[in-house]
Amino acid sequence: MGIIKASKLVHEYIRRDEEGNVESIQTAIDHVDIDVKAGDFIAVLGHNGSGKSTLAKHINALLEPSEGTLWVDGKDTKDPKNTYEIRRAAGMVFQNPDNQIIATVVEEDVGFGPENMGVPCEEIWTRVEESLKSVGMLKYRSHSPNKLSGGQKQRVAIAGVMAMEPKCIVLDEPTAMLDPNGRKEVLRAVHELNRKKGVTVILITHYMEEVVDADYVYVMDKGQVVMQGTPRSIFSQVEKLKEHRLDVPQITLLAHELKKSGLAIADGILTREELLEALEKLYHRKG
Amino acid sequence: MSIILDKVNYVYSTGTAYEIQALKDINLTIEDGQFIGIIGHTGSGKSTLIQHLNGLVKATSGAIYFNGQDIYDEDYNMKELRTKVGLVFQYPEHQLFETTIFDDVCFGPKNQGLNKNEAGLRAFEALKSVGLPEALYYQSPFDLSGGQKRRVAIAGVLAMKPEVLILDEPTAGLDPKGRDEILDLIAKMHKEKNMTIILVSHSMEDVAKYVDRIIVMNDGQVMYDGLPREVFRHYKELEAVGLAAPQVTYLMHELQEKGIPVDMDATTVEEAKNSILKVMQSNS
Repeated sequence: MGIIKASKLVHEYIRRDEEGNVESIQTAIDHVDIDVKAGDFIAVLGHNGSGKSTLAKHINALLEPSEGTLWVDGKDTKDPKNTYEIRRAAGMVFQNPDNQIIATVVEEDVGFGPENMGVPCEEIWTRVEESLKSVGMLKYRSHSPNKLSGGQKQRVAIAGVMAMEPKCIVLDEPTAMLDPNGRKEVLRAVHELNRKKGVTVILITHYMEEVVDADYVYVMDKGQVVMQGTPRSIFSQVEKLKEHRLDVPQITLLAHELKKSGLAIADGILTREELLEALEKLYHRKG
Repeated sequence: MSIILDKVNYVYSTGTAYEIQALKDINLTIEDGQFIGIIGHTGSGKSTLIQHLNGLVKATSGAIYFNGQDIYDEDYNMKELRTKVGLVFQYPEHQLFETTIFDDVCFGPKNQGLNKNEAGLRAFEALKSVGLPEALYYQSPFDLSGGQKRRVAIAGVLAMKPEVLILDEPTAGLDPKGRDEILDLIAKMHKEKNMTIILVSHSMEDVAKYVDRIIVMNDGQVMYDGLPREVFRHYKELEAVGLAAPQVTYLMHELQEKGIPVDMDATTVEEAKNSILKVMQSNS
């Protein structure tokens, strides 16, 4: 079993009227099966309301399955006895950095998590230093968070999660509110954590470009996993992605359009380098 | 009909340790009916700039003329300016507050002094133009999806019949389809109603695809101002200030470096495709 495994996971949001009668039931997650290997970088794509964020909240045991089972690090999230350990194993970063930062000094914010867990003082400082270093924010340790840029704040939030030394980190659209530079900074930091510390990453995003380097991609729609595979296999299905209200990276789209117009280009081109190479070959062969 | 900014300066927290000059000597002319994109990294002065355009923030020095009138004149009708220049903030759905969608959209025109019937007509028209299904009009705005909520918020500004519509990152947080829908809607309003549109965006791809003029803000100043193809020619300089060109522009430059004579000024998938196909055909 992987570090995160869902078996026929179902989540229903139930609305009740004042007397407690059920008014409506909305199935946000509909029999989802996933299995994430420890150390993988996983991306979850899906349009607004497809169930991505609900899934993320399950991984952190913020929500409990209506049906089916979810195991995080081998522990069933339905059992309240496991909640504490699950939250230690899977840290979470949300979309808006301003909603997650609580302290007035960066290092105190990062130390909040481990302090809450009862980590000895000495070790808190080691962890704070190390996690700030891992996201490239060590030199801001004594700064006030409200003077930082969005990308910097988000990296502080990630450091705050890292200081709790989770095995897995779930990021729910961490770059949605950032400018291109901030987006790049955060993505770089997350990839570093994955590569150097072997932290399992679950990245939920709307930006197709951020998915290109993932190991595996899940596409969700109406609460179900409708596509899964490597980025290349996912992005070679341009039309199908569009049906699910998604698109592909701009370069992939260009390659797809060129292919449709008759150029002999492979499916699922992901990067500029790949397209450049394909076009170069084509040009010189003809010339 | 135009907006003219003449040497506009703005300083935050004057006289304190946190004094920051957010705008430095901005000179701009925004002609009627233009579709303008404003880009710049966080803190470059974009938002401060747009808040000047409808008088939310008053310039520390300099003048702003709306249709030939100085908006800082004592007897200038600031309230009217705010209805003529509609501003849609970031995450505008956070400002929805009424119990029904229809009432929420009526709020602006009512505030303008229109009676209930007139306000209602405006609301109908605005909701129709953002393409919200009629069945939803009397439901709570809070039950809508993110993209729909945003349409309602935009309708709230449209109901005031602005001549200029300013949108601060209208697609932030939306999925790709929702992004396209909102941008197509804005482009449609530009085309059909000849509305002046000012779009603040972090997406170079979106800006390249939709606007006909880009203003690049950096450090409180206008760094570039021109056609998308002109502005993105400076992709190296843009990178140095935390921005970028659309991905296809990079590809076109790289192809050119490899000796393939494509149009380096292409900024959209469509332009790049046509140029590459042309080169490939003439080569065979």
